[in-house]
Amino acid sequence: MTTAGTNRIAGKGRLTPANTVRFTFDGKSYTGLEGDTLAAALIANDVHLVGRSFKYHRPRGILSAGPEEPSALVGVRRDAARQTPNIRATVQEIHDGLDAVSQNRWPSLAFDIGAVNDIGSPLFSAGFYYKTFMWPKVAWKHVYEPVIRNAAGLGTAPEEPDPDHYAGRYAHCDVLVIGGGAAGLSAALAAAESGAQVILCDEKPSFGGALWFEEEARLDGMDGYEWAQQTTDRLAVMDNVRVLSRTTAFGYYAQNFVGLVERVTDHLAAPEADMPRERLWQVRAKRVIIAAGAIERHMVFANNDRPGIMLAAAARTYLNHHGVAVGRKVGVYTANDSAYAAAIDLKKAGSDIPAIVDIRDNPDSVVVEEAKALGIRVLTGHAVTGAGGKLRVASMSVEPKNGGSAEVIPVDALLMSAGWTPSVHMFSQSRGKVAWDEESQRFLPGTYAQDCVSVGACNGTDGLAETVAEALDAGERAAKEARAKAKKSGVKIKTEGGGKWAGGMIGAGPGAGAGKVVKAFVDYQNDVTAKDIRLAVQEGMHSIEHVKRFTTNGMATDQGKLSNLHGLAIAAEALDRPIPKVGLTTFRPPYTPTTFGAIVNHARGKLFDPMRCTPMHASEEAAGAVFEDVGQWKRAWYYPRPGEDMHAAVNRECRTVREVAGMFDATTLGKIEVIGPDAAKFLDLLYTNPFMKLGVGKLRYGIMCREDGFIYDDGVVGRIAEDRFHVTTTTGGAPRVMNHMEDYLQTEFPDLKVWLTSTSEQWAVIAVQGPKSREIIAPFVEGIDLSSEAFPHMSMAEGKVCGVPARVFRMSFTGEAGFEINVPADYGRMVWDTLHEHGKPMGMCLYGTETMHVLRAEKGYIIVGQDTDGTVTPHDAGLSWAVGKKKTDFVGIRGLMRPDIVAKGRRQLVGLKVKDGRTVLEEGAQIVADPKQAVPMTMIGWVSSSYWSENCGRPIAMALVEDGFERMGDTLYVPMPDRVIEVEVTNTVFFDEEGGRLHG
Amino acid sequence: MADVQIARALPLAGMVHGGAEVTVSAAPAAYRISLRAGGPAVAALSKALGVTLPKKPGTSASAGSRHALWLGPDEWFVFDETADPAADCAKSKAAHSAVDISHRNTAILVSGPAAADVINAGCPRELSLEAFPVGACSRTVMGKIEIVLYRTGAEDFRVECWRSFSDYAFAFLADAARGL
Repeated sequence: MTTAGTNRIAGKGRLTPANTVRFTFDGKSYTGLEGDTLAAALIANDVHLVGRSFKYHRPRGILSAGPEEPSALVGVRRDAARQTPNIRATVQEIHDGLDAVSQNRWPSLAFDIGAVNDIGSPLFSAGFYYKTFMWPKVAWKHVYEPVIRNAAGLGTAPEEPDPDHYAGRYAHCDVLVIGGGAAGLSAALAAAESGAQVILCDEKPSFGGALWFEEEARLDGMDGYEWAQQTTDRLAVMDNVRVLSRTTAFGYYAQNFVGLVERVTDHLAAPEADMPRERLWQVRAKRVIIAAGAIERHMVFANNDRPGIMLAAAARTYLNHHGVAVGRKVGVYTANDSAYAAAIDLKKAGSDIPAIVDIRDNPDSVVVEEAKALGIRVLTGHAVTGAGGKLRVASMSVEPKNGGSAEVIPVDALLMSAGWTPSVHMFSQSRGKVAWDEESQRFLPGTYAQDCVSVGACNGTDGLAETVAEALDAGERAAKEARAKAKKSGVKIKTEGGGKWAGGMIGAGPGAGAGKVVKAFVDYQNDVTAKDIRLAVQEGMHSIEHVKRFTTNGMATDQGKLSNLHGLAIAAEALDRPIPKVGLTTFRPPYTPTTFGAIVNHARGKLFDPMRCTPMHASEEAAGAVFEDVGQWKRAWYYPRPGEDMHAAVNRECRTVREVAGMFDATTLGKIEVIGPDAAKFLDLLYTNPFMKLGVGKLRYGIMCREDGFIYDDGVVGRIAEDRFHVTTTTGGAPRVMNHMEDYLQTEFPDLKVWLTSTSEQWAVIAVQGPKSREIIAPFVEGIDLSSEAFPHMSMAEGKVCGVPARVFRMSFTGEAGFEINVPADYGRMVWDTLHEHGKPMGMCLYGTETMHVLRAEKGYIIVGQDTDGTVTPHDAGLSWAVGKKKTDFVGIRGLMRPDIVAKGRRQLVGLKVKDGRTVLEEGAQIVADPKQAVPMTMIGWVSSSYWSENCGRPIAMALVEDGFERMGDTLYVPMPDRVIEVEVTNTVFFDEEGGRLHG
Repeated sequence: MADVQIARALPLAGMVHGGAEVTVSAAPAAYRISLRAGGPAVAALSKALGVTLPKKPGTSASAGSRHALWLGPDEWFVFDETADPAADCAKSKAAHSAVDISHRNTAILVSGPAAADVINAGCPRELSLEAFPVGACSRTVMGKIEIVLYRTGAEDFRVECWRSFSDYAFAFLADAARGL
């Protein structure tokens, strides 16, 4: 006995006895060895009971030694925020201080109240959710569902945000090799030596695959595992190879795009702070070689889930790699040869093997003879029909498989092997079609859909020599296909020994008790028994997809790695149809559970989404701005002064702009430079307005429609030169308007010589609006005569502002005389600060988007997307003046001629005057003509914009109302939950109807 | 006119994030243009700019401080830290569109043995020297933004992005440089 557990066998395994590791399980402290998985270390300490099952709360142990583990799921905690449920104990490596807990038990693992489910289990058979809790209906929501949710489910999610850091990486390669056993290593070596860029990944901490347990395998005269390590080292130092251990290929997507997740720190006691917990690799490979191996199946018999019952090869891994004997009195139940090797290894290591129970009548193999020669009792033609013991297997009941008297043989561990299932998950995810191989009773890769190939056990290839030969050939071939200059690899590998993967059985054995009340588990994780599957068939589920959903077989996080074939065979038998006729369910990503952290990797916190700020942001922040989100932009919303709420601040800003002046950051507006000899012609086609005759130095408000005639965007267009325009778009519309224009330019008007360039971010835009705007900016403007005569409303000129080049637009979205100053963005803050400093003593204020909205509404200026909803034409919006009457073509011209567009009954944009003079209508509120009509009322429109107007001294609103233009002066009603509001229909201009202020 | 101090405020001015494997830093100010032109104008524009505009997709050409990056069959991105290429284009009579985008974009320099790995944290392009040699360029994506990527050395890249995305770009590269 060593210090690292009572079951540690001196001289066995590859771990270093001196490298001990302290860890806890359910609060109890244990010692393991560096390189142990939690499962290995627990077994070394004679702990087989590690959890309770999902549905029946049955005691569960460790079934496997790898990622296929359905049973041994534990919680792992580093601290309060780092608590991960459902970690496979067979994957988690131990480190000093590892704190693991069992799941799904209360009050303790050995005594679990929930285990009454096991006694009451007839209630919980397949489909019980659908049948048992149907009445009374109301009880489902308040009684059954909460109770079931409490009792079922595995583990507890952490309640604090994940403090870990996750990384992502895109990578390209000629050849991606999935799996690093003898096949994967050989293929990678051949591909690498042929000159290909290779990525090799394996989910285990070290490479070798089956060589972890296949002790008799020798490659190049070396112990197989040792060869794997040397080969890995050889590959790792090659410039053209990237070797990734602890890395699972979890998803195979289109065009050889494969998702890998690398576990970087979970095995470390004290990871460096900067190390990511996991890294997501998104690999695009020219060729993929799948060397995923095979997964051993369990035998289906009564109580086959007792702790201490496990897969034969898992026991070999624990013995040959970790130096741990899984028991001292170990029974073996098998349907193929490979379990014999486990018995032989354990016998040689000192464990007693009371019997090997072989369901085959005449197994003919050297291993059978070898076992007998070691004095092991071999019972052929026999079956294990049940297991005794509860928290740990205590015995096996053995019967001749065709009936006869049972013998109860005491054991403290029971190994089983029904054979090996080729791991076709990745192949199937690549959309390849599996084919049933009648002779070997396996599904194997059939028709390929992508540039990949399967080698070794996952391809049904038996024997080490055959596997290596196939892999070397595949590696070299993949290299040559991916790279014209690839050469012969010249790699030769000598092999001796090695196991075989063929043979075995699928389905339930005699111990599954057909028709009897026994629990012979097919799917351990979802507690599905052979009886459940038979019941599903009996209840009319004839498709394997229905059987799967009715029983939940294969639907747990292990994706049915052990259970799928057994379930299928039992269903096929019950249906009396051949297996390929019943079919296999689809494999879907992820192959093993993958964290959300890895999937989102860098896209958290500040990097969740870009936050766009204008060049003046810091100055606005310093001025006390409250910001609002407009798409990804942060825009100054209003600038409250001490003691002001939003309402007071906006009222003050609105008054100040009209009485003195205000300054506004309009940088986020989209801007497009349209250049070329046909630029005017192009804009004439894109906008409803005429552009051919717009003079140089003039501005025009333009409306852009879609083909259907509905408003798409609007903005002001300035002509800088004959062949050069400065187009502005709405903030939100910037990218799509650019795309819309480019689309038409390339597909509808390719003959036009025009180029489009986005300048949205080239210019910082500072709007100075109000009676004193000219006075405020004048001292800083060079080269532009700002007088109303020389520079009237809707003019533009290039000059200098604050000494930097500027495009100054005389325009207004407020109804006041105003200017929009465009300066190169890096100068934006300087110009803003300068104008602010100068304007402030003159009474100018800063104003935000809310004031901008109110001021424009006072003037009836629309906002596309607020006062339009994608079904509003320029005519509906009262903008017929902006549609060129003489134009013969523009995008939307035919749409505007459609009969339903010119018919009566269209919703038209009008103003609403609230009769009480106080109530601000709710935006989106519906409008009716007669409030006394029966509910549901006929709604004739809705409120699109509504504000308190400080300048008008009353609320103002705009609305889209059926035939609104003909209802001027009419009284309409806005029914609200508590009352009906009376409104009068008006035009949309509420302030300065004559528009004289614009020209001031 | 009133007296004002002219100061160009680069969005990432002076920012550096460094380590042994990679350094991420803000590039100095530059003149930039987006140049669009049809085939017949290319020779005249090349002459005016003093650099032969590349015609092969994904390649660039340099002359002194001036660099011209192919971005599309009729589109080049030209930048120069000392002289304004827009002024040179204006000398050419050939039909073209040269738009000043000096302030629209800003650039981040990524250098060091892990430079390509750091960019590949969010950029799906293959960045091996074989596939993306020195001088190669591409309009591509990094994380959730669009960038123009330009390889200036075996271990040196220039990442151009729009001004308001530069905070995101810098933060992304700094995050990707953690725990390589």
